[in-house]
Amino acid sequence: MPDILTLPRPSAPSISANGERYAITAENLNVYYGAFQAVRDINLKIERQKITALIGPSGCGKSTVLRSFNRMNDLIPVARTEGRVMFHGKNIYDADVDPVEVRRRVGMVFQKPNPFPKSIYENVAWGARINGYRGDLDALVEQSLRQAALWDEVKDKLHQSGYSLSGGQQQRLCIARAIAVQPEIILMDEPASALDPIATLRIEELMRELRKEYTIIVVTHNMQQAARVSDYTAFFTVDEHRTGYLAEYGPTTELFTNPRQKITEDYITGRFG
Amino acid sequence: MQSDLSQPIQAMNVPVAQHQEVIDLRRRRRAGESLIHGFLFLSGVLSVFTTVGIVLVLLSQALAFFRRPEVSLFDFLTKTTWQPAIGEFGIFPLVNATLLTSFIAVIVALPLGLMIAIYLSEYASAPARRIIKPVLEMLAGVPTVVYGFFALTFVTAILRALLGSDRVEIFNVGSAGLVIGILILPLVASMSEDALHAVPGALREAAFGLGATRLETTLRIVLPAALSGISAAFIVAISRAVGETMIVAIAAGAGPRNFKSWADAVTGFKFLNPFTAAETMTGHMVRISGGDLSYDSIDYDSIFAIGLTLFVMTLALNIASRWAVRRFREEY
Repeated sequence: MPDILTLPRPSAPSISANGERYAITAENLNVYYGAFQAVRDINLKIERQKITALIGPSGCGKSTVLRSFNRMNDLIPVARTEGRVMFHGKNIYDADVDPVEVRRRVGMVFQKPNPFPKSIYENVAWGARINGYRGDLDALVEQSLRQAALWDEVKDKLHQSGYSLSGGQQQRLCIARAIAVQPEIILMDEPASALDPIATLRIEELMRELRKEYTIIVVTHNMQQAARVSDYTAFFTVDEHRTGYLAEYGPTTELFTNPRQKITEDYITGRFG
Repeated sequence: MQSDLSQPIQAMNVPVAQHQEVIDLRRRRRAGESLIHGFLFLSGVLSVFTTVGIVLVLLSQALAFFRRPEVSLFDFLTKTTWQPAIGEFGIFPLVNATLLTSFIAVIVALPLGLMIAIYLSEYASAPARRIIKPVLEMLAGVPTVVYGFFALTFVTAILRALLGSDRVEIFNVGSAGLVIGILILPLVASMSEDALHAVPGALREAAFGLGATRLETTLRIVLPAALSGISAAFIVAISRAVGETMIVAIAAGAGPRNFKSWADAVTGFKFLNPFTAAETMTGHMVRISGGDLSYDSIDYDSIFAIGLTLFVMTLALNIASRWAVRRFREEY
């Protein structure tokens, strides 16, 4: 597979201020569920403080790739990962790496809002507390809820259950919860797919806002969403063996207006998927 | 001009369907539905009637007991001796023995059962769970009479060997309590495991995604979320321990552990001694009703007074736990 696929094209912006251009990179990543190979030879470099969208048809392995960035696949007993995922110069699949430490720095927001059955306050404070946060918890909760654009809606009912909120609010609560741990990267697995269009727009606005401080990788089924919100898009697809691979990767505008691969064009124009 | 929003705007030249077929939308009789509805309703009512019936029998017979001239409710509640032969009806020795055996059983079964449940639900691999859970549930199928002799001939023997046969009597509440603990263990473990297992995986993923360890996830997310199911398991288990009869009848002793007075009971914590014999409420009931007990005798009536006391105890337990669960549970 040509190396051009693994790198954003030259038109990408230059290295960011702190010198490190990529937040996390997958190198020759293969993931298997039992005997079934879900993704094949993925090479993907995720740029810092950008939104990278992973798109593709069902079963193309985009969620698998996403979950391999914080070792969530470890929780599936039959899953097996080969290759490397480099984060701060370290392969997170090395034997001496604690997945708990990885997940603290690479947070996750899931497809369906899954707040804890606790108060709104506790939902946000929980992750920080178990990670030994020593500062002012009240301030952290407020700041996280503000960043998640939820503060104004919940500030008077912080001690009500997280389940008292609407679906869109619950998802922003889950984002606030992820932010409160102060990760570097936030993985989002179809974060708006269970929400209505207005709640979806709010989540998208929020993502653009969060990009200033966090690297965001988002899996989406919704191509318009990828086009609206992301800086880079990685297009995954499946071949006749039903194994997912990376077909094209580049700046979102280019990938959508001028795809280099025929298969990408077919997908984004709605000919399959 | 006011537009009518109740129908779509029609294009000019599209003909609107003029003729419509007549259809019948009237309610139809469905005999099967009504029959099933009635049958299911009766099934529900039957269980309520059974309960009401039991309570009424208990109440009326217990009332007959307390109406007797030689019995007083005050003495029943405050005296420390139960000796029907000489007209002493203080419930304390029997209640004390029941609480003692149940307490020992609960100390064994609740923590151990919960740990087994946590292991099975949160830590065990799928094959391990497939093997351990059925084996555990097999324990629940052992007849209680077998457990009774297990307590008497095995557990008591071990206790006596370990602690000295001068200290441990042949019949003692300790071995009965321990074995009741083993009896209710599968109940606690299996029901708690069901409750833990029912907690949505999404909550675990959320916790792991925040960098929580398995232990943190289990203790702080899964366990609180499963609280109502786990307390239900505990209540059923405790009620079972309180009501258990065969094991205590065989292994705990065949006579009430009477005390001369409250002072006598408290001296050296004699009432709490697990190594001496004592007869529980249930044990006493089966023993005195085992022989030729005639209706209308005071012994016969006393069974119902004891039974009512037992019923009130488990009812109080149920109500208290319901309140506690409503207060502390986390609903998902």
